[in-house]
Amino acid sequence: MDLTRSSIIQIRDAVRAKRVSAAEVASHFLSRVDKLDKKLNAFITVNPRVIEDAKELDARIAKGEDVGPMAGVPVAVKDLLCTEGLRTTAGSKILDNFIPPYTATVVNKLKDAGAVVLGKTNLDEFAMGSSNETSAYGTVKNPWNLEYVPGGSSGGSAAAIAARLAPGAIGTDTGGSIRQPAALCGVYGIKPTYGRVSRYGIIAYASSLDQAGPMANSAGDCAVMLEAIAGKCRFDSTTTSVGVPKWSQEVRQDLKGYRVGLPKEYFVEKLDPDVALVTQTAIDAVKKRGAEIVEISVPLVKYAVSVYYLIATSEASSNLARYDGVRFGHRADFSGTPAKDLEEFYSLNRAQGFGVEVKRRIMLGTYALSSGYYDAYYQKACQVRRLLRDEFLRAFESCDVLLSPVTTSPAFKIGERISDPLEMYLNDVFTTSTNLAGLPGMSVPAGFSTGGMPIGVQLTARHFDEQRIFDVASALENTLVIEERAPDVI
Amino acid sequence: MSSNRTPHQTQEQPVTEKMSGYEAVIGLEIHVQLQTKSKMFCSNSTSFDGYDNEHICPVCTAMPGALPVLNERALEFSIKTGLALGCEIRKHSVFARKQYFYPDLPKGYQISQFDLPLCEKGHVEFLFNGERKRVGITRAHMEEDAGKSTHHGEYSLINLNRAGIPLLEIVSEPDMRSAAEAAEFARTMRKIVRYLEVCDGNLEEGSLRCDCNVSVRKKGEEKLGTKVEIKNINSFRFIEKAIEYEIHRQIDCVESGEKIYQETRLYDPDKNRTIAMRLKEEAHDYRYFPDPDLLAVDVDDALVNKIKGSLPELPLARAERFVNTYKLPEYDAAVLTQERELADFFEEVAKVSKNPKGASNWVMTDLLRELNDSKKEVEQSPIPAGYLGRMIALIDKGTISGKIAKTVFAEMWSSGRDPEAIVQEKGLTQITDTSEIEKIVDDVIAANRAEVDAYLGGKEKLFGFFVGQAMKASRGQASPEMLNDLLKKKLKP
Repeated sequence: MDLTRSSIIQIRDAVRAKRVSAAEVASHFLSRVDKLDKKLNAFITVNPRVIEDAKELDARIAKGEDVGPMAGVPVAVKDLLCTEGLRTTAGSKILDNFIPPYTATVVNKLKDAGAVVLGKTNLDEFAMGSSNETSAYGTVKNPWNLEYVPGGSSGGSAAAIAARLAPGAIGTDTGGSIRQPAALCGVYGIKPTYGRVSRYGIIAYASSLDQAGPMANSAGDCAVMLEAIAGKCRFDSTTTSVGVPKWSQEVRQDLKGYRVGLPKEYFVEKLDPDVALVTQTAIDAVKKRGAEIVEISVPLVKYAVSVYYLIATSEASSNLARYDGVRFGHRADFSGTPAKDLEEFYSLNRAQGFGVEVKRRIMLGTYALSSGYYDAYYQKACQVRRLLRDEFLRAFESCDVLLSPVTTSPAFKIGERISDPLEMYLNDVFTTSTNLAGLPGMSVPAGFSTGGMPIGVQLTARHFDEQRIFDVASALENTLVIEERAPDVI
Repeated sequence: MSSNRTPHQTQEQPVTEKMSGYEAVIGLEIHVQLQTKSKMFCSNSTSFDGYDNEHICPVCTAMPGALPVLNERALEFSIKTGLALGCEIRKHSVFARKQYFYPDLPKGYQISQFDLPLCEKGHVEFLFNGERKRVGITRAHMEEDAGKSTHHGEYSLINLNRAGIPLLEIVSEPDMRSAAEAAEFARTMRKIVRYLEVCDGNLEEGSLRCDCNVSVRKKGEEKLGTKVEIKNINSFRFIEKAIEYEIHRQIDCVESGEKIYQETRLYDPDKNRTIAMRLKEEAHDYRYFPDPDLLAVDVDDALVNKIKGSLPELPLARAERFVNTYKLPEYDAAVLTQERELADFFEEVAKVSKNPKGASNWVMTDLLRELNDSKKEVEQSPIPAGYLGRMIALIDKGTISGKIAKTVFAEMWSSGRDPEAIVQEKGLTQITDTSEIEKIVDDVIAANRAEVDAYLGGKEKLFGFFVGQAMKASRGQASPEMLNDLLKKKLKP
């Protein structure tokens, strides 16, 4: 069995049928990580217990137990999700020594479904970034070209999937952090509806926007993973009790009766010609499967990046207050000279622990929430956010799924944009509105640039209508004739 | 706590000539610690028992990724208190983050309520100097407590057992004009939360905390003076003394042309003065914003009505009913309604004895004395209310005398047995047989001829001596009225 190229479904079926053991699967991917990750830097920490965990599963399987729909599947987990006993850094120096005393619901649910945690993947510090260059643990390389960024913030998870270091990965998406790296690395990644997946144990960046989701090499694999992690969680009040369908079993590729909307604001002049071309082939593909194409308009998306950066940084400035060096995390060395007062204690701990981009966003958010500015910035952003959501809901009266580019261009070179934060923020122009409106969105590989870098398209649906996203994604997967290409590193 | 059972006797304030031209304006902020079993946003115990940092978890220590989930019970207690204070309960209220850095505030923010509090626009009434006083309640909002820091010179220690315990902060209107009035308001609030069984009302342990906002202005002036907040007051007496001190201090400032700063001051009970803690003007911008981890609290009518239906009769209403129904003096009614349990006890005694005034006397004097002496709460009384009621009925029926009843009471207190059994066993039944009493009286007269002569000679004070002798001879069991009558008859010249 070619484990490297196997899907989650194939691995799980083989493990269940005892054609391969969970331990064999785990050690296969572990050795790939050992061999390849020196080049990619996709992992911050490898789980030293992964083989042991897999052996425990094998023992249960030997006893005839059904260990679940992710039986023996190694999963790479973004290092933003707490794992009890396994270091969790959020890509930050401030949590370099942090061993969580508890495990995130998403990880517990994966384990309950029979998966094993392969390791913790690299990310932009506290998920703040679009290129993985803000990580305190070095930049992740794009497996398709090591000089290029993998996107961010879930760049480690995307690179791990693209390089087949793991069959499945978990990312988180606050403004595009699953979809954008998935597009840039040529893999599938879905941000579920806000409230679909528990945030408990996921280190918060912007609480009203954060949502975890699967990244994998097929739409079906994403569906299987999402089934495992979705659902109401009693530790997260913002999760909903909406039922979790069996998306993977209900998927249909015939798109007759589907209205696919093209939001005209997403097809802008500055769109890279390769991206425009690939998006057009995706439009042709859904048409071929019977979908009707309609043009729709969501005029307020032009404010999405501004609104996003006000709300996300405001929440972040508050969420990151707990990193003070009092109870856990980095504390400056006060052994020689004690801090002269509390303020110096806090200042030094935080100044040393946080990176430049995190500090920038904490300051932005603190400013937006300050008295005298609150109304003009944070409050106004919240109002526009509500209006934007309304516009999306109106747009979905005339279509079922939106199809658009994920990014304006394919992956860029490492170092090319890091010195210009504003330019970097504009990477998120097509992805942030999905989070602001709480909608589900997916990135689906759709082709390559002339330079050989992957390009994805974005699918967006109504709240809790992930099914239609999976339907269209599967149709694209089976219709688009994408050259059988793999990154050189494989 | 005897002081809590006696209604406050307002002292005459020392009105100096200087003070008489001024008026104090006082408002209180009361933090009520809601006695839920678990904390406000996690399942840890709210118990004060246990070692430091025993009752903690990822949520109340603000571990990365941990999220709050609202304790429904805390919400119900808050609504209950709001309703008892006559507040409007907001159908849609929002939790907000109040942000500031302090080591015992784990998240770097306190979950509180800001512009959309749960309860608003209520009022409280109480008797003050014999008159009904009404104080407005601006708002009451839910928030979580912080942990506790202790400082040890070189280092400080933090105990997070208290972090996340639910509080209801009740803010009054600046409707009070004297320290005594403010203290009485605070006592009323304590009584109410204890009646509601949402808080034990213990100031010393901090389950009820009181901050006082005080300003002064020249009499007749509309504009409010600069407000000073006094914190750290852990008894009702100190509330009064701290405010009293502060009023004098502020008047002195005005008189001498000194500026009064808007600041927070701490009360030092040892020195009986307030000390500046920090200037409010330099205070934080708390950057309140709605907490995105929590849903807005939507309270429906069904819940409000359910809680409304469960509200007990409140102290003032109950005291008034005692006056009207049982014809008790206002003072008695006030004492008996200090605590819900005491009022319940009294009503049971009154019902069983069918003698409210007698019930009131026995409860207020004998029972409260014994409870205070043995430091027991009324619920711990070894004498059940029904027994005391039956004992009073025995007096009223003439089975025992009031004097014998004291013995029966003492016996009930020490043994917990019922009054009939005690009377029976000890042969304490009152002697009402005329011939029996007559014989005793005759014997006493015969045995004390000299005194009889003196009495008949005009020394009328000696009558008491004969009563004592006769009562002694009856071992206290003779009916006092009959004894009196017979003695009077037989001692006629």
